[in-house]
Amino acid sequence: MGTTILVAILFTGVIALLLGIIIGVVSKLFSVPSDPRVELVLGLLPGANCGGCGKAGCADFAKAVVAGECPPNKCPVSSSEQVSSIARALGIEAGSEFRQKAVVLCGGDVNQMKMLTLYNGVSDCVSASMIGGGPKSCAYGCLGMGSCARSCPFGAIEMINNLAVVHAELCVGCGACVKTCPRNLIKLVPADSEVHIYCSSPVKAPLKRQVCNVPCIGCRKCMKSGEEGQFEVDGFKIKVAYDHQPLPGAEVVDAASCPTGCLLTEKQHLAIERAEKPVVEEEVAS
Amino acid sequence: MSEENKSAIMMPKADDLILSSSPHIHSDVNVRKIMLKVILALVPALIASVIFFGWDAVRVIVITALSAVVAEGLWLWLAKRPLTPLRDLSALLTGLLLAMNLPSNASWWICVVGGFLAIWVGKQVFGGLGHNIFNPALVARVALLIALPAAMTTWTPTGGLLEKNMRLPSGENVSITTVAESEAPAVISCATPLGEAAELKRTPNGAATFAPITEKSDYVKYFLGERLGSLGETSCLALLIGGIALMFMKLIKWQIPIFFIATVAVFTAIVHLCAPAMTPPPLFHLLTGGLLLGAFFMATDMVTSPMTTGGCILFGVGCGVITCVIRIWGGYPEGVSFSILLMNALVPLIDRLFQLRPFGYVRKRA
Amino acid sequence: MSERVIPPKPLSFPGGIHPAKDGKGLTEHKAVEKAPLLEDYVVLVSQNVGAPPKVTVKKGDAVKKGDILAEAGGFVSAALHSPTSGVITDIGEAPGPMGVNVPAIFIKADGLDEWSDKLPAGLNWREASADELKSRIASSGIVGMGGAAFPTHVKLSPPPDKKIDCVILNGAECEPYLTADHRLMVETPERVLAGAAIMGKILGVENIAIGVELNKPDAIAALEARAQEYGVKIVGLKVQYPQGSEKQLIYAITGRCVPTGGLPMDAGCVVQNVATAAAIYDAVAEGHPLIERVVTITGDIVVNPGNYLVRIGTPVIKLVEWASGVKSEPRKLILGGPMMGFAQKSYNVPVSKNTSGVLLLGGAEIIQYESSSCIRCGMCVRGCPMHLSPGPLSMLIENEKFDLAGQNHVMDCLECGACAYACPAHRPLVQHMRRAKAEIRRAGKK
Repeated sequence: MGTTILVAILFTGVIALLLGIIIGVVSKLFSVPSDPRVELVLGLLPGANCGGCGKAGCADFAKAVVAGECPPNKCPVSSSEQVSSIARALGIEAGSEFRQKAVVLCGGDVNQMKMLTLYNGVSDCVSASMIGGGPKSCAYGCLGMGSCARSCPFGAIEMINNLAVVHAELCVGCGACVKTCPRNLIKLVPADSEVHIYCSSPVKAPLKRQVCNVPCIGCRKCMKSGEEGQFEVDGFKIKVAYDHQPLPGAEVVDAASCPTGCLLTEKQHLAIERAEKPVVEEEVAS
Repeated sequence: MSEENKSAIMMPKADDLILSSSPHIHSDVNVRKIMLKVILALVPALIASVIFFGWDAVRVIVITALSAVVAEGLWLWLAKRPLTPLRDLSALLTGLLLAMNLPSNASWWICVVGGFLAIWVGKQVFGGLGHNIFNPALVARVALLIALPAAMTTWTPTGGLLEKNMRLPSGENVSITTVAESEAPAVISCATPLGEAAELKRTPNGAATFAPITEKSDYVKYFLGERLGSLGETSCLALLIGGIALMFMKLIKWQIPIFFIATVAVFTAIVHLCAPAMTPPPLFHLLTGGLLLGAFFMATDMVTSPMTTGGCILFGVGCGVITCVIRIWGGYPEGVSFSILLMNALVPLIDRLFQLRPFGYVRKRA
Repeated sequence: MSERVIPPKPLSFPGGIHPAKDGKGLTEHKAVEKAPLLEDYVVLVSQNVGAPPKVTVKKGDAVKKGDILAEAGGFVSAALHSPTSGVITDIGEAPGPMGVNVPAIFIKADGLDEWSDKLPAGLNWREASADELKSRIASSGIVGMGGAAFPTHVKLSPPPDKKIDCVILNGAECEPYLTADHRLMVETPERVLAGAAIMGKILGVENIAIGVELNKPDAIAALEARAQEYGVKIVGLKVQYPQGSEKQLIYAITGRCVPTGGLPMDAGCVVQNVATAAAIYDAVAEGHPLIERVVTITGDIVVNPGNYLVRIGTPVIKLVEWASGVKSEPRKLILGGPMMGFAQKSYNVPVSKNTSGVLLLGGAEIIQYESSSCIRCGMCVRGCPMHLSPGPLSMLIENEKFDLAGQNHVMDCLECGACAYACPAHRPLVQHMRRAKAEIRRAGKK
């Protein structure tokens, strides 16, 4: 009995030893020379593979940084400390910083924008937009199916009352959501911007009013309240001139007292959506 | 159309139209109806099992089916998912199919464990109906067979079979009642025809090796179902009725059972002709064991069989070959369950192999 | 390519489905009624595939019936004509058939319904030259009236390297409920036949066939009675959906396969709808542009379903009114047939050149279906006329693997709906396919 066990242990031990030697030899023989700095940078990167830097993923980005093709601050996700630690590790310049964040320029949740029809189908914005233009009354507003929220690698988009709302503190500005929105409502804006006009509908004011309670009707009250150049006219609506410094602050919102309430600070916008009663989904009698 | 009767006609209001993708009409088939029809096709075999095995069959069927349904409900409840999948009757069907694969003397806890194994291990861990790789009923059956070999292969005649003459594993021909009276053992174990064949093979006797079990009268018994075996596999007649009904309703792909059975017939015929002592003649193989049950009801499970015609043919042939290999050379007397499970595992590959070419497909020239 | 051009049998295609209820009985025996003149028309500007036409009128202009409202905006485009005489009240936006608002021209009718004096004179098509005929078709704003709305003159101008030897007219009308083409063939077969002959003359093709499903024996008889004098063959086709799809129709009639991603001309064929042929005849023989078409208004809840000859630009609500309203509240308004039509959210959507039917569904006809997982039954695979595997494809698309879906030929999908019709798990397969096609196109553009 004892010998049997001993033999078994010996055999497995010898096999393990042999395999270990083989693996060791093979890994030496066929090793691919890799730059240890790439591994180092990769370790310092967030590893979300969001593609916000324009590369195929974090590993690709790390290679590019080591090769000097792009500065480490191109990673929109890393904080400035992380970026400078990468720069220190490589002994290069961090590059000057320009941070962005995403914002959904629509305020039409189900309470503000009529649900014209009942939608029966795939819960996805691209699919819904192709069926009769989606269930909401405004043909330019948020479809509320949450495709952007699902695409966000950082969970920064919340669907509240069938409206996508970006949590600025979580958003890193990678732009993954921008590509998914079939209505092109999501814009990348400077990270320090605070005030937005939550409407993207290009149609005339009366038409917007028919379908939505919170459209931008192009009254220009905000333009008069803010500094010269902070807002600009864009067709039948006003938009924030994000290139202009300084960007409008909360005081402009107070001064303008937007008649429809589409000019809001991010905090106000979130607070309004949070405060509204969740809508009881209408059941369809079959 | 005139102005006065305009007010009389009912005009639609515009505000609650439903938006959905085309098509806007739908055939009246649904998953529930499909499952119901398969269950109905199983009814002849269920009746046959009750005729031959008596109330024990009813006991096994009810307990197994019930535990499968309870297992499904319990899983959904624990996973905090809606209970709607219960309505599609697939758990009931799995339970019934598992019952068909159990011996009539299976004790109640075997049935319950089997039901839970089938639904939890065979189906729900993969994500529920449609996501499972293996036929849930067979997963449970094989798990029970391997875990409890004694309980799953002890065939005790019950009900209608009690009064009939049965052969003991020794080959002795006895009537169970007389044996029971004289010796009164706790459990009398007899062999299935395939078990008998395996036993006879140990004492090869040339062409006459299998003569005791391949009389003409034996075949009639096998066909009608007067033999030992799992509940649902014994009556070839009842299985044929159900299977042909399924084929006509186009609920199963006919290629699978036909090629499965044909492969078994051809394969065993060749082996039998070359070496008569190796295996009984093909007719014996077709009528005994779980071949018909497997071919018509288990291998054809939609979820775990290929979708294309070519794939179904390969699947059927593969099942047949593996069944024969196990029956002739394997350690188990029966191989239908194993063959189907093995082929289930290959279904994704088969589907890739037989991927359809689009209508008018032209191979791109490099 | 096989030399078999018009074989005796079998006149069908592999795959496809047989909808249990075709609903054609509601309207197939109802003669086409001429719709009364309305006060207001809304003509959508873009009613064709390709470049939208350029509006040439402005607010306040007076127009006559048949006057040009918009000129073709390119080669693949079609002109637009006024449906009646009156005044342009506005050029703005109106609900379009895809659910979003689109540019439209609003016309107030003056009630006189006078033809324009700028219309060209009728031609004798047997004597006119091919170029003359083709330019007449182009200037008459004719597009494919079966649904695609592809400008007809473009189809009749194949590139010189594509040899066309067969003109096929699509009279299959495989969509359930719709009977507009059926009535057209029964009532004015000579217009259809002459239109077919004109197309044959333009393309220099002797082989002209009209495919009609065998469930329309009266249409086949009416066409066959006059077919000889126009040199057209009438081909009865098996009743099977989607028999009226170009590629399937070509296969059924000629035995040829259109290569994947190709056009009918790659198989040497030109396919046109029978309604288009009738419009071509009107344009050539009468000089009338395309301003009216036959539309079926139907549905089990419609009080008096029927076929109407209506002007382009008629709001759908008027059709419902002419059909004496509804018996109960409709839950779905569909432009086109139930298999491929588009659900609408407004009754104000106007009839376009490609609107063959208006379908109101309500009550038991509407299934608000909940989809469940694919059970791999293969019914979609059996039903798919393009031999795709819609079930597995839909699972790829659900997981957003659009590139894999593309490799599995999702772009060949016709969106005919046979798969989703047959699916026992009620999966929205067509919607998945549409999404994948849109995503792949979007990715291709970048």
